[in-house]
Amino acid sequence: MSSYYNPDDLPRFPEIGKDAPELAGKFFEYYGAVMAEGELSAREKSLIALAVAHAVQCPYCIDAYAKECLEQGSNTAEMTEAVHVAAAIRGGASLVHGVQMRNVAERLSL
Amino acid sequence: MNGYDCAGDELNNGVSPNVRAGFGQSLVRHGLRLERDPTHTLQINTGLLCNQACKHCHLEAGPARTEIMGRATMDQVADYAARGGFQTADVTGGAPEMVPGIDHLLTRLVGAVPRVMFRSNLTAIRDTAREHLGQLCRELKVVLVASLPATHASQTDAQRGGGVMDTSVGTLQWLNSLGYGQAGTGLELHLVSNPAGAFLPPGQDRAEERYRRDLQRKWGIVFNQLYTFANVPLGRFKTWLDSSGNYDPYMDRLAKAFNPAAVAGVMCRTMVSVDWNGELHDCDFHLAKGIPLSGVRWHVTELQGPPATGKSIPVADHCYACTAGAGFT
Repeated sequence: MSSYYNPDDLPRFPEIGKDAPELAGKFFEYYGAVMAEGELSAREKSLIALAVAHAVQCPYCIDAYAKECLEQGSNTAEMTEAVHVAAAIRGGASLVHGVQMRNVAERLSL
Repeated sequence: MNGYDCAGDELNNGVSPNVRAGFGQSLVRHGLRLERDPTHTLQINTGLLCNQACKHCHLEAGPARTEIMGRATMDQVADYAARGGFQTADVTGGAPEMVPGIDHLLTRLVGAVPRVMFRSNLTAIRDTAREHLGQLCRELKVVLVASLPATHASQTDAQRGGGVMDTSVGTLQWLNSLGYGQAGTGLELHLVSNPAGAFLPPGQDRAEERYRRDLQRKWGIVFNQLYTFANVPLGRFKTWLDSSGNYDPYMDRLAKAFNPAAVAGVMCRTMVSVDWNGELHDCDFHLAKGIPLSGVRWHVTELQGPPATGKSIPVADHCYACTAGAGFT
């Protein structure tokens, strides 16, 4: 194995159903329903998925949803803003824990 | 179709990245044949001269091209349009605005068929010397079909050249001021969007909603309908696909998105295309590839009417671009 991540593995995702077809079937059905047009458009959902892909740092998801965003009619300015949303939430999540840090420090400090 | 294409598309379509069926094979696998329905549209390619050199152009049109339709051929084409009983004449290029005598062709066509469409790249028509063409189109009630790949300059300029977005916006505003795209004028202004790269276009209805909202909000522009089409892997676009390593992935993408239901509505069933020499083809993409009408070289003067209903249409792998997703109608 030359790398833990191989682009050729992405289209093999359905193989995850080989030893647990029922569970995979349920997952993929759910997945398809989630990503379909609903109260949010498929384009909006693909931008959310792209942001989440960056938050969870999944190369497969980034590959898949960068393409999907383009095919849904988004442009790279919108996609970049979506990634900044992920970065802001991730950064904010770190920073807001600073309040906890300050609580501890204040409790221990003179 | 969502990001991972995970819901069994691989199994349903039988397409894997390394085993792509030819288009003809895909038709056979689905029990389909590509044959003519009654032909109602005559598409007229007036030549390859263009002021732009768009990266997705299947014809490799550009400023250095010299192939253009002459006046004698224009008359032969207009005569064919009339005697063939066509409902629509669809004038394209290149940039047909740049072809000497284009006013003559449009005027003749308006007298020959009920509906005349004129495809504009939104930059050639705004040259000072050609603004009269917009006025002529208005007088003749010619339908304008204009290319605008995106509502954002980065994608539009990447596909069509630097500054094209700004010029296109100005032209659309000018056309709106002439009455084009405005309710109640009878002057139709339609937009066409091709993706700015090796990916499929968004769904037409959703994209149209977005275009309508964006163009109105940003620039006060109105239009009638938006058409979204996949890029066809020929000409300059194919050269780019090859040089960027995108050819096989793009062809796989098109093949994977093959929609058997779209075959019934592809434009070649109801349209015939004539090139600047007066020779006939089943569509503008076969024209680009040099595939003659029904596989036989015909000149426009040799036919009395449209190709017969039921006649077989030659296929090639670039046909996948017309059957991907909702299709190319």
